[in-house]
Amino acid sequence: MLSLYDAKLSSRLLLGTARYPSPAVLADAVTRSGAAIVTVSLRRETSGGKTGGAFFELIRQLGVRILPNTAGCHSASEAILTARMAREVFSTDWIKLEVIGHHDSLQPDVFELVEAARILCADGFSVFPYTTDDLVVGEKLLSVGCRILMPWCAPIGSAAGPRNPSALTAMRAAFPDVPLIVDAGIGRPSHATMVMELGYDAVLLNTAVAGAGDPPAMAEAFGQAIEAGRLAYRSGMLEPRDMAVPSTPVFGKGVFA
Amino acid sequence: MPAVLVKGAGVAGLAVTYELVKRGFSVEVAEKGDAVGLGASHFAGGMLAPFCEREAAEDIVTTLGLAAAGWWEAAVPGEVHRRGTLVVAQPRDLPDLVRFAARTSGHVWLDRGGVGDLEPALSGRFEKALFFEQEAHLDPRRTLAGLAEGLRERGVVFHLAGQQPADRRFAAMLDCTGAAAIRLFPELRGVRGEMLYLETPDVTLSRPIRMLHPRHPIYIVPRDNHRFMVGATMIEAEDDGPITARSLTEFLNAAYAVHPAFGEARLLETGTGIRPAFADNIPQVIETEEGLAVTGMHRHGFLLAPAMAVRAADILTRKRL
Repeated sequence: MLSLYDAKLSSRLLLGTARYPSPAVLADAVTRSGAAIVTVSLRRETSGGKTGGAFFELIRQLGVRILPNTAGCHSASEAILTARMAREVFSTDWIKLEVIGHHDSLQPDVFELVEAARILCADGFSVFPYTTDDLVVGEKLLSVGCRILMPWCAPIGSAAGPRNPSALTAMRAAFPDVPLIVDAGIGRPSHATMVMELGYDAVLLNTAVAGAGDPPAMAEAFGQAIEAGRLAYRSGMLEPRDMAVPSTPVFGKGVFA
Repeated sequence: MPAVLVKGAGVAGLAVTYELVKRGFSVEVAEKGDAVGLGASHFAGGMLAPFCEREAAEDIVTTLGLAAAGWWEAAVPGEVHRRGTLVVAQPRDLPDLVRFAARTSGHVWLDRGGVGDLEPALSGRFEKALFFEQEAHLDPRRTLAGLAEGLRERGVVFHLAGQQPADRRFAAMLDCTGAAAIRLFPELRGVRGEMLYLETPDVTLSRPIRMLHPRHPIYIVPRDNHRFMVGATMIEAEDDGPITARSLTEFLNAAYAVHPAFGEARLLETGTGIRPAFADNIPQVIETEEGLAVTGMHRHGFLLAPAMAVRAADILTRKRL
């Protein structure tokens, strides 16, 4: 069973709550995905000091664990302020820490990220840092108190799927005991299966479900894909080879010739 | 003649009043504002776009919205412009345009030349676009003012600025108070929308242009006198405070991307409204102790008010008030 910051979770899918056709469709998608955690953007649904009261209430009623995020923050101080607001609004120490370095590429600013993580961890937060697949940054995040890493596999919203599987593999090997969650870049269920087969502990996604033609059905597809990838990882997959391997003995044929 | 009181003179209230008058009801309208249509309707885009809206809305929005253009044309002759909708995207967002096409119907693909034929001002600016020929648009402010004037001529009494109607027994009261009804119905929530008006003689557009954008469905709707309405955000907060710098920047960037001449346009006005919405973003006609409530129009006021008005008037007619 997946364990994140001492919480035991029944699902390895973390689902974002932005940009669904309606809150009703979102609720349906969460249910059908089986997700045990949903992420919520505080900044996106906050205006003039008023937060998305009714919308947040709908999310609370989903009955799953809420992971507030700092999406849209461009500096450590902004992210820290948002994290503290989120703690008040949702009564949780969990925070998905996202510090965007460039508004167009949405690439994380890893310098500000490490700084924000240091302060928030010291302040008692359980930090889920959205980062790149850089190993040194991962080490720094762990050294300031993070106990989870969330590397991207492609730019946010790109739906491109794993761009650099070798880097993801290296990260898994470098941090064998740290829960690793792929956050951002997943476009299709097969992408999710692939990263789970690499040994990742969970997948976080939003647009791939929210932007689908039928979000609840796509949510269910992702739920199954993640289960499949996990099961495959634990079942010992074959290594690929260059030549065909007959599954039944072939006597009298020149296979050894 | 049965007398009905309609509370709220926005798009929902005026549409319902029109349907009731048509069926022989005697209607009075009570409005807290100083004039009609000063709530969320004042900041509406006025796009009658049942096909485009399908991109992010349930099928029922398309089904109910198909009759909207004809309804408005009959209610306020001359205000509906049947020139379709043009959907464009920046070159790097072409996959989003493909997705938009897959999610909707009633469109054709245009190439560079097709875009220029339709909107000469955009000639050479977009390699690909989607054209929704059957869609229409109107100017919400002109249209509601015209509708109210027509209703007055037909004997509807308006009580503006919070004045109460004289002591009279009404057979039914209809709550069409928009965002003000959020307090009455716990299932309703408020969705903030922001917009602005630009003025420039340097750009001429004949129809709404939708610009695909990762966060908000941004559109530019041409109005008279070289004015353009640019909208609209959808933010899950019940706040009608002034537009934020971020939203303003996104609107201006989108307008500039559609045509650089918008960079020299004058910013005439910004505005913010709160749209009442149910969890599924579909409006409802609800039976109440006093009569009915027509609410939850979300971002589909002008598109769905006609269907909701017909539904409400049907219910009152069946009840033989």
